[in-house]
Amino acid sequence: MVATNGYKRIVIEPVTRVEGHGKVTILLDEAGKVHQTRLHIVEFRGFERFILGRPFWEVPVLVQRLCGICPVSHHLAAAKAMDWIVGGEKLTPTAEKMRRLMHYGQTLQSHALHFFHLCSPDLLFGFDADPAIRNVIGVAGKYPDLAVQGVMLRKYGQEIIKATAGKKIHGTGAIPGGINKNLSIQERDFFLKDLEQMMSWARSALKIAKDYTLEHVDELKGFGSFLSNHLSLVRKDGAMDLYHGNLRAITADGRKIFDQVDYQSYLDYIREEVRSWSYMKFPFIKSIGPESGWYRVGPLARVNTCDFIDSPEAEAARKEFMAVTNGKPNNISMAYHWARMIELLHSMEMIAGLLHDRDLQGKDLVVKGKRRGEGVGLVEAPRGTLFHHYKVDENDQVTMANLIVSTTNNNEPMNRAVRGVADEFISGRQIREGLLNRVEVVIRAYDPCLSCATHAMGRMPLVVELYDHAGQLVDRRSRE
Amino acid sequence: MSETMTITIDGREIQARPGQTILEAAEAAGVYIPRLCYMKGLTPHGSCRVCTVLVNGRPQSACTQPATPGAVIENDTERLLALRRNIIEMLFVEGNHFCMFCEKSGNCELQALAYRFGIPAPMYPYLWPKREVDASHPDVMVDHNRCILCARCVRASRDLDGKNVFQFVNRNGHKRVAVNAEARLGDTDLKVTDKAVAACPVGALLKKRVGYAVPVGKRLYDHEPIGSDIAAAHKK
Ligand code: SF4
Ligand code: FES
Repeated sequence: MVATNGYKRIVIEPVTRVEGHGKVTILLDEAGKVHQTRLHIVEFRGFERFILGRPFWEVPVLVQRLCGICPVSHHLAAAKAMDWIVGGEKLTPTAEKMRRLMHYGQTLQSHALHFFHLCSPDLLFGFDADPAIRNVIGVAGKYPDLAVQGVMLRKYGQEIIKATAGKKIHGTGAIPGGINKNLSIQERDFFLKDLEQMMSWARSALKIAKDYTLEHVDELKGFGSFLSNHLSLVRKDGAMDLYHGNLRAITADGRKIFDQVDYQSYLDYIREEVRSWSYMKFPFIKSIGPESGWYRVGPLARVNTCDFIDSPEAEAARKEFMAVTNGKPNNISMAYHWARMIELLHSMEMIAGLLHDRDLQGKDLVVKGKRRGEGVGLVEAPRGTLFHHYKVDENDQVTMANLIVSTTNNNEPMNRAVRGVADEFISGRQIREGLLNRVEVVIRAYDPCLSCATHAMGRMPLVVELYDHAGQLVDRRSRE
Repeated sequence: MSETMTITIDGREIQARPGQTILEAAEAAGVYIPRLCYMKGLTPHGSCRVCTVLVNGRPQSACTQPATPGAVIENDTERLLALRRNIIEMLFVEGNHFCMFCEKSGNCELQALAYRFGIPAPMYPYLWPKREVDASHPDVMVDHNRCILCARCVRASRDLDGKNVFQFVNRNGHKRVAVNAEARLGDTDLKVTDKAVAACPVGALLKKRVGYAVPVGKRLYDHEPIGSDIAAAHKK
């Protein structure tokens, strides 16, 4: 807020409809041009305080307290790390498929919430629409069917979480080496009943995101977009896999940086940089270094890194998506929405496949093997790659915990996206409403789980402050 | 066969045998008197006071008070409910009880009593005491954060296992359950199969590596409030 070195700073805080607390500062030079942008996230501190000393089997349930936004992802990533601790990483078919079902349910509900409730107003009403209309109430008023579909898809996903984890929040399903229940015939039939309806809604959501992107593609190419590396898990055969796989990283034009890396050795490939002004670390690919080794994660990265999607409708959609950039990785920030809806449909296809799989009624739930002192668990959470890493002593107590959450992986990319928008919309000594909206819209494309990374719940009004190079406040705007 | 006597609980006449406590006589007649430190098979301790009833108008702990001929007992009243609720609330704020991730959730007597009594959140301030976890034993651990000092483990170890693994040390706010005075659990002759391990009503004394093996929906108190089994057993 205090201008330094002859620059003026615009402060925007926090970003509405991002579930958590964020603050953007844009530092201007004397000419009124953007010198630097920073997205400040008050990162959650104290993961370790809760986890250290706790018995390892408690951790997959305990960690769900850390994030109210995607607790199931933390549940599964921790369980996968603990599989490794108990030597049970080769799950039984029933256990693996139950966990997959849980994960696709979580992805479905998360993507549905984000698309229908948080970002559809941006796409349907335009970035410059009055924020009083550009929200989910506005959508419900103008497109009531769509709002209902969002609610129902989300509910379907939540019911799947309940059937696999035991509860919609703070479930206990995934335990070290397996799962504590299977899917009963009654539970299965409950989901089969609405399957076709959900599939068709997922298709129409995908169509909205696709049509929007194609219609605005030239505008979006210049909107908070930038070249970057991309990282995700992929299956052994290169297919997209949201639950399990090996790490793959590619450059902005699709060259492989590394491939099929066993994530137990992620530390040989990924490092985190600390910057004085941010509580949230900046991960980067070790071989490239912090300057340009940062990467994107999440739906856009996953569609870019994978060779194909192993479900027919999502694969057809992926081909259309890749055609826009002639088969090269897509680096458009706003293309996240389209990629996210491809994954929404993929999740529905996978759910459909699993519901017809009799392994879900199997009784062989847990395996154990050689006990280990250290384990790493990764999942492709809705927002991107999620890392959990633990050390456990001979008394079964956790002695070390390291978590890299999806939003942390996307830290630098979100900063770049804001910079891109600011470059275009900042000049002179005034704050235009258009800038506020656009910063908000582009950050939202990344779907940051800010309360997960920050542990700050609730939303506050958006405030923008503009300082001149002498540290004087020259403009200030705020709104609900 | 000794003679029985008649006592009245909440206006209902029931039969009691000489030597039976009020709690036992009530239970035999299908009347549930809430309890926490009481456990069948252990010498009553009379410390938690959750079982408080009015006997001829005077408060007594039903788990220690013998039935006497003609006694008039109040159990299921608003006043006693308020008292019991208070005790449970105080137990909650005195320790560090996080039901949402505790592996004993759904099987915990303290939590089940809170549900039965309809306690949404304690009205007393949390004390957040600093307490230890003793995981030194290969198969059993004690999380003192959740210990409610009911002495069930103390009694079970002494009376049922013929050992003396647990005792209380210190007084008042510093009172805690200790193993063989100041040793660690791993240094004792405790076995995971000891009755003491299964005696804990909460998630303080735990068999290791069991965790959340029982899914939500299949746990002890997932469907019926604690104590429902007593009335149900009597109806059969
Ligand atoms: S460890 Fe359990 S059984 Fe022993 S005194 Fe504490 S709460 Fe009671
Ligand atoms: S159960 Fe009677 S005093 Fe505790």
